[in-house]
Amino acid sequence: MAERCALVSQRCESVTSFVPFQDEEEGVDTGDGCDEWSSGKALVKPSDQLELTEAELKEEVTRILTANNPHAPQNIVRYSFKERSYMTTSVVDQMSVHFVLEGSLLHQDSDEARRLRATPAEGGGEVDEEDRPDSVASKADMKEANVTNQFNFSERASQTLNNPLRQRSCQTEPPPRSTFGATANQWEIYDAYAEELQKQERNKEKQKAATSKKENEKSKKKTLLMETQNDDLTKMGEVAKILERMVTQNIFDDIAKDFKYFEDASDEFRDQKGTLLPLWKFQYDQAKGLSVTALCWNKKYQDLFAVGMGSYDFRQQGRGMLVFYSLKNSAFPEYIYPTDSGVLCLHIHEQHSYLVAVGFYDGCVAVYNLKNEGLEPMYESTAKTGKHTDPVWQVCWQNDDMDNNHNFYSVSSDGRVVSWTLVKNELVFTDIITLSLQACGTSFDFHKHIDYLFLVGTEEGKMHKCSKTYSSQFLETYDAHSMAVDAIKWNHFHPKVFISCSSDWTVKIWDHTINTPMFTFDLNAAVGDVAWSPYSSTVFAAVTTDGTVHVFDLNVNKYEAICQQPVVAKKKTKLTHVEFNPIHPILIVGDDRGSVRSFKLSPNLRKKPKVKKGQEQPKNPEVEVAKMEKLLSLLREPELGPA
Amino acid sequence: MAGTGEKKEEADYKRLHSFPLIRHTDMPEEMRVETMELCVTACEKFATNNESAAKMIKESMDKKFGSSWHVVIGEGFGFEVTHEVKNLLYMFFGGGLAVCVWKCS
Repeated sequence: MAERCALVSQRCESVTSFVPFQDEEEGVDTGDGCDEWSSGKALVKPSDQLELTEAELKEEVTRILTANNPHAPQNIVRYSFKERSYMTTSVVDQMSVHFVLEGSLLHQDSDEARRLRATPAEGGGEVDEEDRPDSVASKADMKEANVTNQFNFSERASQTLNNPLRQRSCQTEPPPRSTFGATANQWEIYDAYAEELQKQERNKEKQKAATSKKENEKSKKKTLLMETQNDDLTKMGEVAKILERMVTQNIFDDIAKDFKYFEDASDEFRDQKGTLLPLWKFQYDQAKGLSVTALCWNKKYQDLFAVGMGSYDFRQQGRGMLVFYSLKNSAFPEYIYPTDSGVLCLHIHEQHSYLVAVGFYDGCVAVYNLKNEGLEPMYESTAKTGKHTDPVWQVCWQNDDMDNNHNFYSVSSDGRVVSWTLVKNELVFTDIITLSLQACGTSFDFHKHIDYLFLVGTEEGKMHKCSKTYSSQFLETYDAHSMAVDAIKWNHFHPKVFISCSSDWTVKIWDHTINTPMFTFDLNAAVGDVAWSPYSSTVFAAVTTDGTVHVFDLNVNKYEAICQQPVVAKKKTKLTHVEFNPIHPILIVGDDRGSVRSFKLSPNLRKKPKVKKGQEQPKNPEVEVAKMEKLLSLLREPELGPA
Repeated sequence: MAGTGEKKEEADYKRLHSFPLIRHTDMPEEMRVETMELCVTACEKFATNNESAAKMIKESMDKKFGSSWHVVIGEGFGFEVTHEVKNLLYMFFGGGLAVCVWKCS
């Protein structure tokens, strides 16, 4: 039996002067009670209060408390079967329930309590609060009293985050397919086999034939140098070579005679001026589109010279060629080496005249050995071994270094002067000097006697005197020209004099101790090359792009050329290089059409100062030096004044 | 293969032409050699029964190189097939037998 609490409503009577309002609601009206105590004596009138007169206010109203439930119906009528009519119920239940609370207390003597105590196992389950037993404690409890302790332990549960699921799919491309069709018949099969057998037979025959053949084209060996091989064809080759020369010389017999014997008698009447007698013209078919970019005489065999072919045109860069001609055979070159990139410069070693250093347009340098059979260079520089990044304008052999290795120098537009040493099988490079600030080296020359001294000409027209031992500084700088310095050459005799030429139409002669030129010559056209003569310290030749060769002798005429001769038929041909032969009185001139012309210098151009006969040979260099010195001293006097 | 002149006897040319001759293939070298040898072995083993030879070839190819190979052996047939690239071999063998092996799933 459960206990029940019930509240019985009461009607409250308000005692204050507040307007009495009908309080039929349940529950104690606590609001008024509070107000009674807190507000004190102040009268607060609500806005909707009834306005009553004093008399009305003083009226006393009686209130009666009853125990009736106002909500209980008072007129319940029930049908009575006994009376067979509707009859009012006399007594109506007046109880009104305000609150019910089901309790869980049991009287200990009641039946239920006694029952619970008898079965302790199920006792805990009946109570329906959310039990939160500690798992350990609950188990312990189970053993002891089988009533789970609801107070000392609690149950906790939690759910970790589940990784969200994601779906991925992919489709690979199916393997490619293609269609094929054919027919398989007996005759098809037969034909296929027959063909196969024929092919096999043919292959066998070819193999037998191929072993006996394979001869090279005519081997180009100098008869003086090489040992003859045992091959029939190469012996033939030698003979053919000699024959070729004989035939060519027969054809050009008059030229050969001129070369040897002709001396222009009219020179006496020409009043110091001289002429150039055209001799042979050297041309090679395969080199047609190329211009002559370098010329060099061989020191040992003075009839052999090397021609480098390439292109100066920046837009038309293709292959190049290295070709050797002999004066004895003007019809066809002695050696031909085709190259991938245009040759820009070359130099033949003084002592080992079979070694040729070549500089290319693509920045590589290579060394060719003329004794080698093949067409490949003996050494070649590559991007890994420090090749230049710009065209190589000049190469020059040096004396063998201390380890007896050959070495040469190269100068290029990338501003580096590099020394290359031939070590066993490769080229080792060393940067000697780097020209500052985008300066591009276009030419250089080493002093004949002072080993470490050299001059570099640049694209801006400056010239620098440098030493091999100082890599960052120049010994001196000359503001030489307004355009690129195309050639710069030391005088063969006088140790202080050098000459330079440029596309700004001038040729200038300098003393390297003085900053300004000694002589300046304006040639009315861009000067391609200039060269000192080997027999006189005051004679030099210059070639210009208008196809003229100028020869000067400073001893004879300090202001004008003693020979100015246009040498090419077509006006548009530009002359690119000029070189004097070391011993013969001839000049070779290269042009931009790939041909080389040789000229004989007339006597007026070859004047040597008068010396006693017996003492000519040894004194010559000194005489030359003295000659030059005399000229220079004339110039120097006024120079010293303002300086 | 002595390669002497061909005697036009009917049996002889079969002897001369019995080496395996690959007519068309786009297989890589190793695969080609292996397949060719397998075909030769199968044809020699089942000289009278093309179907068994084809069955042997097909099953071996499936095992070695992946599924869905097709094999046709015969003396007179024409065909037009779609095959996976680099998985076709068409060869002649034994003087009068043509074998076509291709893969396509």
